[in-house]
Amino acid sequence: MKSAVIVFPGSNCDRDAHDAIARVTGEAPAMVWHQETELPEGTEFLMVPGGFSYGDYLRCGAMASRSNIMPAIIAHAESGAPVLGVCNGFQILTESGLLPGSLMRNAGLSFVCEKAPLSVANGNTRFTSRYDSEAELIIPIAHHDGNYFADDETLNRVEGDGQVVFRYGNNPNGSARDIAGIVNAKGNVLGMMPHPERAVDAKHGGTDGLALFESLLGSA
Amino acid sequence: MTQYADGITAEIVAEHGINDEEYAIILDRLGRAPNMVELGIFSVMWSEHCSYKSSRAHLGKFPTSGEKVIQGPGENAGVIDIGDGQAAIFKMESHNHPSYIEPYQGAATGVGGILRDVFTMGARPVALMNALRFGAPDHEKTTHLVGGVVAGIGGYGNCVGVPTVGGETNFHEGYNGNILVNAMAVGLADADKIFYARGAEPGQPIVYVGSKTGRDGIHGATMASAEFDDESEEKRPTVQVGDPFTEKKLIEACLELMATDAIAAIQDMGAAGLTSSSVEMADKGGIGIKLDMDSVPQREDNMTTYEMMLSESQERMLVIMKPGREDVAKAIFEKWELDVAVIGETTDTGRMVLEHKGEIVCDIPIAPLADDAPKYERPYYAPEVRAQIDAKDVAQPSHMGEVLLKLMASPNMASKAWIWRQYDRHVMADTAASSEDPSDAAIVRVHGTNKALAITTDCTPRYCFADPFEGGKQAVAEAWRNLTATGADPIAITDCLNFGNPEREEIMGQFVGCVEGMAMACKALDFPVVSGNVSLYNETNGVAIPPTPAVGGVGLIPDMDQRQGFGCMSEGDIVLVVGETKGAMGASLYLREIEGREDGGAPAVDLGIEKMHGDFVRDQIRAGRLTACHDLSDGGLACAAADMALASQCGIKLAHEPENPVPMHGFLFAEDQARYLVAAKREDALAILQDAKAEDVPVHVVGLAGGTAVSVNGAHHLELDRLREAWEGWLPGLMSSEAMAAE
Repeated sequence: MKSAVIVFPGSNCDRDAHDAIARVTGEAPAMVWHQETELPEGTEFLMVPGGFSYGDYLRCGAMASRSNIMPAIIAHAESGAPVLGVCNGFQILTESGLLPGSLMRNAGLSFVCEKAPLSVANGNTRFTSRYDSEAELIIPIAHHDGNYFADDETLNRVEGDGQVVFRYGNNPNGSARDIAGIVNAKGNVLGMMPHPERAVDAKHGGTDGLALFESLLGSA
Repeated sequence: MTQYADGITAEIVAEHGINDEEYAIILDRLGRAPNMVELGIFSVMWSEHCSYKSSRAHLGKFPTSGEKVIQGPGENAGVIDIGDGQAAIFKMESHNHPSYIEPYQGAATGVGGILRDVFTMGARPVALMNALRFGAPDHEKTTHLVGGVVAGIGGYGNCVGVPTVGGETNFHEGYNGNILVNAMAVGLADADKIFYARGAEPGQPIVYVGSKTGRDGIHGATMASAEFDDESEEKRPTVQVGDPFTEKKLIEACLELMATDAIAAIQDMGAAGLTSSSVEMADKGGIGIKLDMDSVPQREDNMTTYEMMLSESQERMLVIMKPGREDVAKAIFEKWELDVAVIGETTDTGRMVLEHKGEIVCDIPIAPLADDAPKYERPYYAPEVRAQIDAKDVAQPSHMGEVLLKLMASPNMASKAWIWRQYDRHVMADTAASSEDPSDAAIVRVHGTNKALAITTDCTPRYCFADPFEGGKQAVAEAWRNLTATGADPIAITDCLNFGNPEREEIMGQFVGCVEGMAMACKALDFPVVSGNVSLYNETNGVAIPPTPAVGGVGLIPDMDQRQGFGCMSEGDIVLVVGETKGAMGASLYLREIEGREDGGAPAVDLGIEKMHGDFVRDQIRAGRLTACHDLSDGGLACAAADMALASQCGIKLAHEPENPVPMHGFLFAEDQARYLVAAKREDALAILQDAKAEDVPVHVVGLAGGTAVSVNGAHHLELDRLREAWEGWLPGLMSSEAMAAE
């Protein structure tokens, strides 16, 4: 599967994303600089990694969502190809309108890093097909602005449509309805605050993130 | 007769921290009076912070070479060989004075500065550590400082994307007026691709990269070289402001540039910024420099040469390029949207010449600024030797479980989760053990291999205060022990020597004692010093901090699968102590927390025994015999057992034999050195005991794993649930009082 990882100034999980994808797919993803205007020919899976794009200045993800590469990311998503945004990548996807809602400052006002218990809320997406339905996972989180918010109507809709993919077991940031990850209506764009790319090796971080990348491999 | 240049008076010279004797040397070396720019440059280069003028005479006592040392002290950071053509690069540095004045930015820029020291050498930073000392928990400033420092460390490290994997946090009233913020960075590079400050030759372009120069931090190094008084708050403008986003771009851009073979020498702009970076490279290359100040990227209008040379604006580097390669740097730094400018060239004059607006505004020889800087043999006396206190001379408490609960919930022992939850410990996806894990050292995988670095920071200031020499030995020995307890081969240390005013003989005596003790331990344990930093004048209104020589130790775990923690003990495991418990209670946590006294001598460290016991433990780990291994330090055997029980979620039934000459509270809480608490399955425990007998290492069975409590001889129960609540609850309780006060 041909993959690509977007690199913004301030991205800091780009190497982790690269390594996790390479490990699972057996093929190293292309690293795409934010100034580019096209994705490499034949890109199937696209990942927007975590970090502090543009220093998180202004508002997390706001500047990245207006960068040169963004139209290509949007076009890729609209074509129905899989797009995964993790942490800052999730923020960028909400800022760009690819996903509903937004991510506010954590309810506790502090940065939170922990191995977070999650449950799979929808095991039938192309990102989660290899997980058992309602599986309990441990995936690391590390963010200051992961408090998922949307109005009630939107929350009711995404819940009703099965767009909620992951929920926190022990809500660490005040997210509405314990939402840790959501997909768009088409189901091909996933945004999540937890870092599956940090959970692909038993020697550090555990292996609960592996199935996410494996699900994609099966779906693409 | 003293001479002064126009506009300069004796008062101005004194304000620059230059005494009469030093001013006379400047006159002699220049053959004339210095102008304001030159005076400023001498002032920062000769500050204690940059020149090590009080400490240099003693730092030579450290062993600094060894089979695995690629670069010892004298460069930006130390470099060790970790096999397979790879090197680990590391250093620890203080940011004490600025962190007290402005905790968030002081701590943040401390992290930024130590990262630059490491990536300047061509390393990708892979881990951050920090050693923090705050005043008494109930001191009016403590919670504000804790909150600010922790947010600053997290704010910088999290954004830059280097995991903060471990450290230590202590509280003591001795730090009420001077907190300590010591940050350590560790990086990885290929051993044949290390970059040095030396290596520049005449006729090479000097390239400035990174952020623009502003008016912040002017005289920061001078501030860090003086005591605090009641007016210290007014020094806030000397604290720099950090921008981790720029630092992240600077890391990537520098590493990209380093891959091109265009660099002759490189140096970060830390304390004393443009001045010290250019002087260091000129001095190490034995050359001169000429800078065109009009070309320096400036953030503010009308900056003077004096301001530009003394600014400590952050996230800046100075690169001496191979001639004709300037465009390579330009392309890379412009891609990363960073400033880049050729601001001068190297010369063969041995002088620093600065030109601004068509005029030569500074022309001074390099040598007196660096190697020829003043060096003092400050007088000192060794503190009086304090008598050791034996457990037999300390009243026996009635309920050991209640004592253990009190110790584990005391400020130094209580869980620091409130702190480390705010640090990204997992970015870079190589963290195998961090603050949250039951491991005596942080463990970070060497990317793409099955090896790992073990990293620890240690120091027991109350021992150093009681007996600087034994305390210095103990700081090194504890770091060595912590690395050993994870199964690592300890390799080398960095240090951060925090003391009071060296012009006082008592303080200088503490410094010399600690250095000599550390040096002895480093030699005996084959654990050389490869980098370090000295922070003096940690003193307010004449009251000094406890002597605090923080040690940052690095070791290598050759096979990740053999790493050892203390969280996998289970029901039925035999619990053993390696090493002798004799009942040393002097300067112990027990005396301080239970009896409210801090007297007595520090526990003696027998380095030969330390090595023998450590080597024995490491062999047992590599033989795969241990389910848990934990070094014994603060609070002795009982506190180590409590840690192990909490982490393993399994109680321990300790047994104190009636014929043991050491009374029960000595057995549980004494702080004798060279000891480890280990757990093993029954058959493994037998093998361990056999090996111990053969190798003449004292190993005793002290308990059995099981149940839901820590107990002694079937009594003195402390239920783990209750212990956990108290242990986890202390720091959040303290910090929520801060939040309430703020509302």
